[in-house]
Amino acid sequence: MKSLIERVGTKYNLKEVVQQRDNLVFAYVDKELAIDMVTYMRDYEGYAHFTLMSCVDWIEDGYFQLLYLLNNPETKTEFGIKVAIDRENAVMQSAHHLWEQIWTYQRELKEAFGIDFPGSPRVDEDFVVEGWDDMPHMRRDFDTNKYAEETYFMREGRKTHDPATYMREKLYPNQPVTAKKNKDEQ
Amino acid sequence: MSNKFFQPDRSKYPSTKGDGTLDVDLSSHKYTKIWLGPNHPGVTGNMAVEMTLGGDEIVEAKTHVGYLHRGFEKLIERRLFVQGFPTSIRMCVAEPDTNEYLIARSTEELSGLTGQVPEMAEWLRTLALEMARLQGLLRGVPGQAGTYSLGIGVQWGVYLRDLILDRFEELTGARVYHMYIIPGGVRGLLPSGFKKRMEDNLTDIDDFIVRIRKLIFHNSVFKARAVGSAVIPKEWINKFGIVGTNARASGVKRDVRKDNPYLKYSELDFDPPTATDGDIYSRTWVRWQELVQTVDLIRQIMAKMPEKGDIKGDMPNVLHWKIPKGETYVKLESGRGEYGMYYVTDGSSKPRRVNLRGPSYTHAIAVLEKMLINTNIADVHATMVSLQTCPPEIER
Repeated sequence: MKSLIERVGTKYNLKEVVQQRDNLVFAYVDKELAIDMVTYMRDYEGYAHFTLMSCVDWIEDGYFQLLYLLNNPETKTEFGIKVAIDRENAVMQSAHHLWEQIWTYQRELKEAFGIDFPGSPRVDEDFVVEGWDDMPHMRRDFDTNKYAEETYFMREGRKTHDPATYMREKLYPNQPVTAKKNKDEQ
Repeated sequence: MSNKFFQPDRSKYPSTKGDGTLDVDLSSHKYTKIWLGPNHPGVTGNMAVEMTLGGDEIVEAKTHVGYLHRGFEKLIERRLFVQGFPTSIRMCVAEPDTNEYLIARSTEELSGLTGQVPEMAEWLRTLALEMARLQGLLRGVPGQAGTYSLGIGVQWGVYLRDLILDRFEELTGARVYHMYIIPGGVRGLLPSGFKKRMEDNLTDIDDFIVRIRKLIFHNSVFKARAVGSAVIPKEWINKFGIVGTNARASGVKRDVRKDNPYLKYSELDFDPPTATDGDIYSRTWVRWQELVQTVDLIRQIMAKMPEKGDIKGDMPNVLHWKIPKGETYVKLESGRGEYGMYYVTDGSSKPRRVNLRGPSYTHAIAVLEKMLINTNIADVHATMVSLQTCPPEIER
């Protein structure tokens, strides 16, 4: 891995290279060079198996971290190529021409994070959340609690018990209850 | 894709438009659109395949998921590390223990606690994962027979799977979602007499292995319909990211247990089975051999593991556990292939990002959509089951 990191590191000006394990490396590459590097790794370094495409929302720093995780079946190693994408202009060159399954990842990332991949097949089709009209649901600023409170409601007649209080009342009915009342009983 | 009974009729196949898409005019009455699923006994879980048919030949197929989405990855991001366990295991009903191990392994690695897991716990984790594989195969192998109406095999398999769930229940207290593998180790030792009861179950399964072999592979209908059907060519393996038994049945020997050994697999004697034809018959044959091998592996584990030992290493208080900023990708070999987790931490008490990579993400969408084209509608269920598609790991 060391010679590979040196070789590719110089060629693509890799940054923040971290060798997580003997067989796993992560590194940042400039957005403009990313697809070129992914192609190079596939065609010249033996990273022929595409494992995963993922995204992390670093909202406080204003960027999305896109990950292309490649696997070399011969050396049994993995190389994670990371790209920082501006949150306000979340567009990335499509890689669907490199592996047959990549369009699925890009379609999901468009739906879940709002990252566009122009030219990627079916990228605008709904994937998991059909008919979704809120902000992309995997972004950090999407508030799941607020969404649930606004969208769903308690069914009439349904009660929520605090388990500790409820069991104490059932098991020791004569013992004075000093436990804090739960939210519904307040 | 053809078999003995079905040769695609090219005269009904639509022409291609300038943009590469098919020229399917439904109003011409030459084509029919049919949705298979999301609720259908022949579909593996809650997913749907939107099929365009010309006669009984599929000319276009689209996989639709989303019927099971519960936002597990998002939920885990909002919970303490240890609270991620009960959520994560529900991402895969077929083998929930795989998720337990991946989260435990990720958090241990990012906390610098990888070496803290005692040897006894490593053996018990290996045992739990192989038991999970076994109960999955007890559904999967006869399930393939079920797609050709050999339903009795499914009933045998379900009974025996229940016996393995009995063993899980006495080992972990739960039948399906076990929460047995936890950060730093496992939750308990083998109960007294466990090995004897497991051996009794394995003896029953030995008998089943012989009977299911006769039921499936000596059956003329299965042979006629599965041979040459839904072929995965060898060159598709890298092109589509195909893993596990689907890759091995096409002659590409990929098994995380061998390629990147984890837990105690390097101390076990096994060689992942392979085949060369890449059709439904080969995939079923590989899985049958894997069933034989899994029974053997469980026997090896029980023979080699120590009788006693620590089951949990020194770990921080999980309620006040903060993990330094970092990221990793850990993986294992599930019954369906490479099963991985990309885990990112930011120094807080909750994970920053958790992304599960299940084999079905590729097998059930890119591969299935491609494979179904030119297939007879009667072979769709068998094709899906042979790919071991599992929607929960797509939707997470």
